[in-house]
Amino acid sequence: MRHMLSSALFAGFAAGLLCALLQYLLVQPNILLAERYESGELVHFQGIASPEQRAAAMAQSMPGMDMSGEEAGHQHGDGAEGGAHRQALTVLFAVLTYCGYGLALVAGMNLAEQVGVKLGLSQGILWGLAGFMAFQMMPALGLQPDLPGTPASDLTARQIWWAGTAAATVAGLWFAAYGTGLWQRAAGLVVLAAPHIWGAPELASFGGIAPPELAASFAARSLAVGMITWAVLGGLVVTLWHSDPAK
Amino acid sequence: MNLTQTSARSTVLAQTLFVALVGLTLVFAAGFAQSQGLHDAAHDMRHSTGFPCH
Repeated sequence: MRHMLSSALFAGFAAGLLCALLQYLLVQPNILLAERYESGELVHFQGIASPEQRAAAMAQSMPGMDMSGEEAGHQHGDGAEGGAHRQALTVLFAVLTYCGYGLALVAGMNLAEQVGVKLGLSQGILWGLAGFMAFQMMPALGLQPDLPGTPASDLTARQIWWAGTAAATVAGLWFAAYGTGLWQRAAGLVVLAAPHIWGAPELASFGGIAPPELAASFAARSLAVGMITWAVLGGLVVTLWHSDPAK
Repeated sequence: MNLTQTSARSTVLAQTLFVALVGLTLVFAAGFAQSQGLHDAAHDMRHSTGFPCH
C-alpha cells in the first residue's frame, strides 16, 4: 500500500506542476483579462451598458442568482494581478488536485488488476484519458468551464450534478470497457449518458460580460490542458507503480 | 487456506478503498469546499479545471 501511495503522489506532484505551467502559459492570461471585464475596467461593446446597469439588469432577469460574492469583491488570491502569491497558490492547488486524482487512479488500477486486467504504459495513458473524460470533459458537456464573472445557476445544484456525472462516467466507462457480454457494455453506455439525459442545471438567460471569443478560448484551452495533464498522470502512475514488483 | 486467501483479498480491497478515499478527499478539498479561504486560494485552479466555482 505504501508503494501505491508513493507512486500516486509522485505522479500527482509531477502532473500538477505540468498543469500549473500550462495554465500559466495558456489559461491564466484569459482569467486575468476576464477579471478586468468583471471589475468593469474593460467593457465589451462599450456604450451599451455600464457595469451598474448590467448588474441591475442581471439581478432582474435572474432572480435566485447570487451575484453578491462577485459584486462584493471577493479576493482572488493576491488581488487582481497575477502576483507571485497567487501563482504559488495555483501551483499548490494544482499539485493537490492531481495528487488526489493520482490516488484515485492508482486505486482503480489496483482494483482492475485484482480482477485480472493487465495494465501497461499505453493502458495507463488510456486510463488517464478516461479520468479526463470523467472529471473534466463529461462534466463540461453540461457545465462549461466558466470565466470569472460569468453568471451561473445555483452552486450546490451544479456541484451535485458535476459529482454525479463524474461518478456515472467512471462506472459507465468501467462497464463499457471491462463488462462481460454485450449487455453489460451497453448498460455502461446508458449509465454514461444518463446525467446528460437528465440534464445539467441550466441558466435562465445569458449575461456573460467577457467577449465570447475570450470565453471560447478559455474553455478550449482549459480542456486541452486537462487532457494533456491527465494523459501524463495516467502514464506516470502506471509506470511508477509497476516500477517495484513488490507493489 | 481459502480463508487466508479471502482475508488477504479483503485487506487489499480495504487498502484500495482507503487510497481512493484519501484521493477523493483531496479533490473535494481542492475543488469543492466552500470555505472562503479555500475558495480564494484555489480560485484560478477551480476555474481552469472546470469545478463549479461561485
